[in-house]
Amino acid sequence: MKLTQGVKMAWISVRAQPLRTLLTVLGILIGVASVTIMVAIGNGTSEQVKSQLQGLGTNMLTVNVVGRGAVTSIKADDVKGLTEVSNVSSYAPNISGNVTAKAGVKTYSATVNATTPAFMDIRDYKLAQGRSLMDIDGAFKQKVAVIGSEVVTELQLSNPVGSKISLNGTPYKIVGVLASKGSTTNGSNDNVVLVPLETARVVLKTDAIRTIYVQVDSEKNVDRVQTALEAKLQQFFRGDENSYNVFNQQDLLETITSVSTSVSTLLTYVAAISLLVGGIGVMNMMLVSVTERTREIGIRKSLGAKQRDILFQFLVEASIIGGLGGIAGVAVGAGGSKFVGKLMQSPASPSWEIMTIAVVFSMGVGVLFGFLPARRASRLHPVEALRQ
Amino acid sequence: MHASIPAPLIAMNGVYKTYTLAGETLNALDDISLTVAKGDFMAIVGPSGSGKSTLMNVLGCLDTPTRGQYLLDGAEIGKLSDNKLANIRNNKIGFIFQSFHLLPRLSAIDNVELPLIYRGISGKERHAMAKEALQKVGLGERMRHMPNQLSGGQQQRVAIARALAGRPPLLLADEPTGALDSKTSQDVIELLKALNEEGNTIVLITHDPKVAGQAKRVVRIQDGQLSEERSAAS
Repeated sequence: MKLTQGVKMAWISVRAQPLRTLLTVLGILIGVASVTIMVAIGNGTSEQVKSQLQGLGTNMLTVNVVGRGAVTSIKADDVKGLTEVSNVSSYAPNISGNVTAKAGVKTYSATVNATTPAFMDIRDYKLAQGRSLMDIDGAFKQKVAVIGSEVVTELQLSNPVGSKISLNGTPYKIVGVLASKGSTTNGSNDNVVLVPLETARVVLKTDAIRTIYVQVDSEKNVDRVQTALEAKLQQFFRGDENSYNVFNQQDLLETITSVSTSVSTLLTYVAAISLLVGGIGVMNMMLVSVTERTREIGIRKSLGAKQRDILFQFLVEASIIGGLGGIAGVAVGAGGSKFVGKLMQSPASPSWEIMTIAVVFSMGVGVLFGFLPARRASRLHPVEALRQ
Repeated sequence: MHASIPAPLIAMNGVYKTYTLAGETLNALDDISLTVAKGDFMAIVGPSGSGKSTLMNVLGCLDTPTRGQYLLDGAEIGKLSDNKLANIRNNKIGFIFQSFHLLPRLSAIDNVELPLIYRGISGKERHAMAKEALQKVGLGERMRHMPNQLSGGQQQRVAIARALAGRPPLLLADEPTGALDSKTSQDVIELLKALNEEGNTIVLITHDPKVAGQAKRVVRIQDGQLSEERSAAS
């Protein structure tokens, strides 16, 4: 018997019991839709996290100084020596702290980064207005500041460049405004105030460098640079490894990706269980169908249908139900993941691969769970089947 | 006179069909020997429980004999696998049942095409063969009707067309008039007689003496044993 004939016959039977078919299809649909939604949300979340982290730059290392032991801090003069490692393309020492920024009557708690001009480039900040920090600002200890967009709005500065801002009581001149970067896992990027490193003592009451951002020329050299930096730091801190750490952005990315992957895998397993339940629904329906249609099977056999013809017919029926459930489930899943994505404010990205797999897989579920009933049908004895 | 007798279509020799019920063995067919020549029109009569249906099932290759030899059109049936039996039913036998046994969700022509589908005949040829069979039984105008849109007599004609469509050597009718009124019954019998005139071999099972009386030959079955009641020669 040809496939087209089998499909035609099966379709007639599937249509003959619309409510029952609908309910069974619903079982598969729910399974497939939940798999699709779970995978879409998982994809969306991990893509979001990745893009946020890549905003920080993947070929960046962060040296954090914890400052315990004999040598407790790095001074600006030490930085050049410590970062003299091949493949380092640029570096920016940084001292940060929270300050109260004031302009007119408005106050706002901002994060001051006392740093060098390279900071903006390494941390991927773009300038929106005015100019950036320059080496000469540091050399002459100029009290100039480049401020983040959030600071501008919070302090209601209508014409920020050229106006004054007070940081913990010290007046600074605003020379530039940063373009908005949005939020990352580390919080807002736009509530920053950049000032020359040399003025840190004035506004933050310290000149101990807590952080050095190190940019590596290419991603493949990150590990090597990290090792070299660690060696230098160990020497500097006289073997006290607890005084510092070198943080690799790539490591964080991998950790977060693996967490989000395992969460979405777990969710997918849960969803797969509902697909299994749907499959049992198909089996149940097919078993009832075989019992009800015993006489039809007997007639077909008396007309010369072989076991494999009957088997084929029922398997096609089961896979049609599975396939219908799969297609409807993918459609519902695609709509559902958009909806949930909006609800959770994370972009859910439904994947075409998963959808295709879901349809094929649910047809497979139909065939798998339809096999037992179909085999039962095919093995009926014609005389007994006709007697029904 | 005997020299030109062709090989018989059906040759049964010492056929038994034994059932075991609650430890007791029952011979539904008890040493049946029967020959049916090509072109014959034979009626098998007998009361219910006589083994009529069992004989019909064995003749129709729906069931195999427990013991004995059954040759249908030269092929030994007894030892064949399920698939081979299905093949024989498909190619050599056209069934006509008491309750028609049409598939309710298929139109008349789709029902008639069914055995041809299982034979693997392609769409166009299949359609032509089915159409021809329906025209032969006088239903050329109702090919697209569903079974429930047809009267009992018309449904039985569709069933006859289905039996005829594959041009099998044997038409096997099990109480073909059992569900029909007497006038429609007579129409169906006339149709069977006409088909026999055209050369079709027909074996008919009935308990109605009026129906049996119109066959060329009548055999009686009682308690699983066969006796010749009236042959064409007498």
